[in-house]
Amino acid sequence: MAATQEEIVAGLADIVNEIAGIPVEDVQLDKSFTDDLDVDSLSMVEVVVAAEERFDVKIPDEDVKNLKTVGDATNYILKHQG
Amino acid sequence: MAKLKPSKGAPYARILGVGGYRPTRVVPNEVILETIDSSDEWIRSRSGIETRHWANDEETVAAMSIEASGKAIADAGISAQQIGGVIVSTVSHFKQTPAVATEIADKLGTNKAAAFDISAGCAGFGYALTLAKGMIVEGSAEYVLVIGVERLSDLTDLEDRATAFLFGDGAGAVIVGPSQEPAIGPTVWGSEGDKSETIKQTVPWTDYRTGEVDKFPAITQEGQAVFRWAVFEMAKVAQQALDAAGITPDELDVFIPHQANERIIDSMVKTLKLPEHVTVARDVRTTGNTSAASIPLAMERLLATGEAKSGDTALVIGFGAGLVYAATVVTLP
Repeated sequence: MAATQEEIVAGLADIVNEIAGIPVEDVQLDKSFTDDLDVDSLSMVEVVVAAEERFDVKIPDEDVKNLKTVGDATNYILKHQG
Repeated sequence: MAKLKPSKGAPYARILGVGGYRPTRVVPNEVILETIDSSDEWIRSRSGIETRHWANDEETVAAMSIEASGKAIADAGISAQQIGGVIVSTVSHFKQTPAVATEIADKLGTNKAAAFDISAGCAGFGYALTLAKGMIVEGSAEYVLVIGVERLSDLTDLEDRATAFLFGDGAGAVIVGPSQEPAIGPTVWGSEGDKSETIKQTVPWTDYRTGEVDKFPAITQEGQAVFRWAVFEMAKVAQQALDAAGITPDELDVFIPHQANERIIDSMVKTLKLPEHVTVARDVRTTGNTSAASIPLAMERLLATGEAKSGDTALVIGFGAGLVYAATVVTLP
């Protein structure tokens, strides 16, 4: 069953916590991965790959650069999840 | 029909000695920061690199190779006359004809050893090692000298903030010879030419010659795409190489991935779930990315510092421009 917006944000929070050590409660829709969450361009790839597995979605390299905020990633996953 | 005599080689092959050469000039991040807008902290956090070596005019591809090879020959305890083949992997020898391997074979004093260059980017060491093993088992050479050598400083765009800090120069060499036991596992290798744009030389030499471009060609890459492929696809290849050699992670002593970037190394170790006891090569910190030279240089350093020892079982994996890759398990010399 497709994940809801809340489930996706919670899942991304777990992933960001695991990869960058950021508290899950800090991972909010309006937060920028790079500027607010200490996720640099390489960690972002790890976040993307973990999100792909968790949400059964494909996020090609050319789309990764457009995912600036947690909201961008959440919307992308909502739209593309299998 | 006439019957041909079969060739007769050794039952197996092994690495018998290793040697490395790092250029005398050590280049800290401060020097890189003269031409790019970045910081020491940024470079270290993105790559793990603190210093790299850049070759001077005398430290040519041939000269560095000869130095590294001399050490490998001594380490193996053989003489240069016993070497039947010399394979050089490089992408940064700018006089392409004749192959630099012939000059190296001559200057080392081999007895007219077969000598040739190959181009397989950062997977070059694994490709050359696989060829060497084949030559020994097939019987066309008793000992083969495998060299990975680069002067990547000649192919670095010092104004590109994504790559200026990455590359270094150096040579690593191994002597491969006969063995009664398997000591170089099956190679898991391949190419993905559909991803050729991911890491590449900016323009062909001919564009520079004709004046079509005024900037000397350099190596460029798409960082995120390379990172994803290197970590997640190459972890699968590394696992396949372990499986092919019949080695479990618990039996592994050492992991020597291509020294591309410490972040890739960290992430590969995590993805492969390597046990704590496995020694991981992190030569990239002080050598930078030396493409084909990186695995033998890292191997030499681990053995020299005592972090690894002769007889240890090591997983080696190279990956890079092509994209190409090669992974195998070896017994350290």
